[in-house]
Amino acid sequence: MEKKIGVYICEGCDIGENLDMAKLQEIATKEYKVPVVKTHRAFCSSDGVDLIKKDIQEDGVNTIVVAACSHRIFYDVFDFGADTITERVNLREQVVWSHPVPKEAESSGESSGGGEEGEAATGVDEDTQMLAEDYIRMGIVKVQKKETPVPYQSEDEFVNNIMVIGGGFTGMTAALEAAETGYPVTIVERQKELGGFAKKIRQQLPMKTPFNTLEEPTIQGLIDKVSNHDNITIKTNIEIARISGAPGQFLVSFKEPGSKTEWDVPPKLEEGEEACGTTDAKDASGDAVEPAADQVNCADILSVDPDAEKFGAVVVAAGWRPYEPSEEEFKHLGLGKFKNVVTNVQFEEMAAKGRIEAKSVAFIQSPGRESDDSDFPYCSSVTSLVSLKQAQYVTRDNPGGKAYVFYQHMRTPGLYENFYKAAQQNDAVFLTKGAVTSVGASGDDDQLLVSVDNTLLGESIKVSVDMVVLATGMVPSTQFEPVINLAYRQGPEFKDLELFSGYCDSNFICFPYETRRTGIYAAGCVRQTMTMAECVEDATGAALKAIQCLESSNRGMAVHPRSGDVSYPEFFFQRCTQCKRCTEECPFGALDDDEKGTPKPNITRCRRCGTCMGACPERIVSFKDYSIDMIGSMVKAIEVPEEDEEKYRVLCLVCENDAYPAIDMAGMKGLKYSADVRFIQVRCLGSVNVVWIADALASGFDGVMLIGCRYGDDYQCHFTKGSELCNRRMDNVGETLQRLALESERVQQIQLSIDEYDKIPEEINKFMEVIDSVGFNPMKGF
Amino acid sequence: MADNGTILVVGGGISGLTVALEAAEVGREVVIVERNPYLGGRVAQLNKYFPKLCPPTCGLEINFQRIKKNKKITYYTMTEVEKISGGPGDFQVSLKEMPRYVNEHCTVCAKCEEACDMDIPNEFNFGMNNRKAIYKPSEMAMPMRYVIDKSVTGTASQQKIQDSCPYGAIDFSMQPRTFNIDVASIVWATGWNPYDASKIDNLGFGKVPNVITNMMMERMASPGGPTGGSIVRPSDGKQVNSIAFVQCAGSRDENHLPYCSYVCCLASMKQTTYIREKNPESKATIFYIDLRSPGRYENFYKKVKDDENVSFVKGKVAKVEPGSDGNVILTVEDTVGGDIISQEFEMVVLATGMEPSTASERVPGGSVGYDENKFLLPGGDIIPAGVAKKPADVMTSGQISTAAALKAIQAAGAK
Repeated sequence: MEKKIGVYICEGCDIGENLDMAKLQEIATKEYKVPVVKTHRAFCSSDGVDLIKKDIQEDGVNTIVVAACSHRIFYDVFDFGADTITERVNLREQVVWSHPVPKEAESSGESSGGGEEGEAATGVDEDTQMLAEDYIRMGIVKVQKKETPVPYQSEDEFVNNIMVIGGGFTGMTAALEAAETGYPVTIVERQKELGGFAKKIRQQLPMKTPFNTLEEPTIQGLIDKVSNHDNITIKTNIEIARISGAPGQFLVSFKEPGSKTEWDVPPKLEEGEEACGTTDAKDASGDAVEPAADQVNCADILSVDPDAEKFGAVVVAAGWRPYEPSEEEFKHLGLGKFKNVVTNVQFEEMAAKGRIEAKSVAFIQSPGRESDDSDFPYCSSVTSLVSLKQAQYVTRDNPGGKAYVFYQHMRTPGLYENFYKAAQQNDAVFLTKGAVTSVGASGDDDQLLVSVDNTLLGESIKVSVDMVVLATGMVPSTQFEPVINLAYRQGPEFKDLELFSGYCDSNFICFPYETRRTGIYAAGCVRQTMTMAECVEDATGAALKAIQCLESSNRGMAVHPRSGDVSYPEFFFQRCTQCKRCTEECPFGALDDDEKGTPKPNITRCRRCGTCMGACPERIVSFKDYSIDMIGSMVKAIEVPEEDEEKYRVLCLVCENDAYPAIDMAGMKGLKYSADVRFIQVRCLGSVNVVWIADALASGFDGVMLIGCRYGDDYQCHFTKGSELCNRRMDNVGETLQRLALESERVQQIQLSIDEYDKIPEEINKFMEVIDSVGFNPMKGF
Repeated sequence: MADNGTILVVGGGISGLTVALEAAEVGREVVIVERNPYLGGRVAQLNKYFPKLCPPTCGLEINFQRIKKNKKITYYTMTEVEKISGGPGDFQVSLKEMPRYVNEHCTVCAKCEEACDMDIPNEFNFGMNNRKAIYKPSEMAMPMRYVIDKSVTGTASQQKIQDSCPYGAIDFSMQPRTFNIDVASIVWATGWNPYDASKIDNLGFGKVPNVITNMMMERMASPGGPTGGSIVRPSDGKQVNSIAFVQCAGSRDENHLPYCSYVCCLASMKQTTYIREKNPESKATIFYIDLRSPGRYENFYKKVKDDENVSFVKGKVAKVEPGSDGNVILTVEDTVGGDIISQEFEMVVLATGMEPSTASERVPGGSVGYDENKFLLPGGDIIPAGVAKKPADVMTSGQISTAAALKAIQAAGAK
């Protein structure tokens, strides 16, 4: 497409009064020879928009720069369809509303200082004008470099079926919900039959309002439903050897549980290790060594299993395993010492088999260490509720039987309060807040003596019981094994397992289903401990996410957070030096390098953050509408004042989700900051390539700021790692600075939340003071 | 006849937005109806989320961007559902849009706000300060457009507002508009209201100065709130250095809300971090029955407990009375120590619970069931999501709402 550019500079919202509009137009007409340049009192008005539309229709303008307000408003007004490239230049929030403009009193009378170049220029602040001019330049360059993305299409066929890992309550629910929506589903279960833990229980916690009565297990009904569903295939007694491929085209190799096959996923390679399956493995001294027994014959991740089955998306409902206390861990509670001290899981199995013989049972919710009121590890509201459930077994099975529940905090949140209340009304259930200090032998028979401190009203009590049940926790399966066995270069398991105590990773709070493995969605207790009623919701939601992902993949669109984005990274492989940085840094494991280290992009795994683009030292990665060249050219378009002008220039790269909106907010609030700073919006700080910083400094910029979101355990990055990676790359920046003989203070990354807009002037001014202390960049003019 | 399988989502809070986006990103047509002049609902009023202590605007910004980019979503603000007829696959819905008096030409240039000389109580900040009669609904509102409070009509300020706008965006001739849409399924995500604390006689709200609610605390701590983020006493603006949180203010109480509101324990723990960070000399005490920070939230409780200036006392607050110099005296039965404690604080926060919006306003039509507390039951014609279904935090609302999106797609039938 031959681009015909139109630049439309708005005069509204204080822009016209405070900037020299004629000069701004000249930037476009003279410097860039833009054929159509217009101003209007308000381009967002009907006649303003019509003016642009008329140019599109009658004058063939197809590439549009609207220099007005932030792109975050009037996004619909300035949408001229898919056949045009439109870019917004922010002259309002980030120029006239946030920088010195002449006061009305001054502009009417004598203007301060020189620079009277015609009427419009009266009182225009020189620095603010320069800022606006640079933004116009950058806007024009941006549309020159931008291309319209074409959705990704694969030579291989996309499929729309879903694999559900785990045939327990959650897995079957997810399968049924997806199947009912019209998608073919395969349930994969390691055990010989479906049902999971829900099949081993005597009664289940209430599933429906008013949540106060135990229910007979409903699991068999669910098993029957999925077994007879036309859209559901069931594979039991089977395990996943590996999952390779990408959303829409996952390839799954199955195997017998516990067996070793050629298609087992190889362990993640550490640096310097050779891929397994190669027969000529060498040790550090270069001698050939025998491969380890468990690596024999396991094919490299890029090998394709001809017998693999193809799936579009995956739901992981691998559930939980009972917490296994170490021998010493709960010794004070008699676990391992007395046969009648059992865990809640053991007790449930006994109850499912038959009558509970014990006439008095103590249920302990919290291991009761000194001043520690925590429940057992991996506990939750479920373990509180299960104690209340199991207390009922005791009193029902034994007329005159007694159940004692010792707790620190009764965790029955929300509507489950009704279940707690029902237990309180049972005369044979004694609910006591207190710290259990020990379980010992009572002296007579097999009786156990439970000692409890700090019960209500401060008393210490001792209770003699037949049996003690510890409310131990439910550990996610992913704590023990990868489960998903991904044949990905970044390794077979979910990321951040350690940070999330073994639970599947999740972009926690706002977007709970988003994992760092696109197309793979966790549901049920593998994600967070939940009751069966909660698992129904979670499984249904995960089914939706799986459907959404395969539908998006089929349409060449990204999923969260750049949902619907059809741009994707393209690699110019001739210049790849196989440094592997892109493969290693991608937060979503979208790249698998081959034995030489050349990355193999899996586009439907990609979330379009541009981290690969930021990582590449050879600058071979680009998107049609976002590239090294595009941002680099924008940086070059900024006019760096000569040294004798005594004006600083600072480049500031800002992330689009947090920093950019915060800067807009600062403008709307009228907060003022230095006009020497030039903002460029980036997809994520992870996409920032060091070359932009190096080029800026080499061309005389006095400093570079990077503003992005907070990183660390409570990271806010929607690409999970962007700002953290950017920070790590600062080492490379340090080298660049050294090479240019520049002070390290000239480049700084700042962590800023979206709501910290009030700190923007302070942060910028602080940085400008630093620049002031190191002085002008000596590279100016080179 | 809704032959396009359109899904109607009633409520534009975090739950409604989630339902709408998740369904639209599968490829469905969605209409959102929101009563407020802005999207975002209750979370737009929150300062931070537990347990990450991150700003809700961050997630809202992503969701707003997703809406802006997705042509399958249409939304109406200041609009309510008047009547529903028909059934799944073929609903007819009558909507009523209230006049905003500001049209699509508003550039948020703020000239009108400068010109307006009439103040009204700021409801977004629970009346803790005033705003102009023409105002931006919230700092990062979506849509970013002014709205006029009806009370200004007929006053001298009306003309000043009218004259101030350079863009012809003020239109006092706007009238309520009723219109009909046909949809295939309906999701009800109307959320919750904070329980009216003045109904709890012994806790002194509205009678004893410097007793506020947890939602007021959210606004107070927010940089865009009535005090610009300072935690100070409403009565005299004094910086608060001793604060008490009263848990289960109305919740787990047969006379008020019999259920547990799920979020209040964690919300109070979160709010102790606000005051501890802003007023480093401060001490906070939480009076509770049980601390409900189950599962993955247990770590957050531990983190808060590690701060030695935060104490937790198991005890039921019996009385709240005015003390000296604007302080507040709490009388608490300490259920562990067995004593009756009487303690004075500079400010008291009532951890009031969430009452479903459907407790005060039922769904106007369609076959729909309620539980004893007027939460919506699943299984009817109308699909409940978020706190319309049960007390829930933001993360759980995300879960329920994503699930509701699938149920809505199923109910709408294959396209």
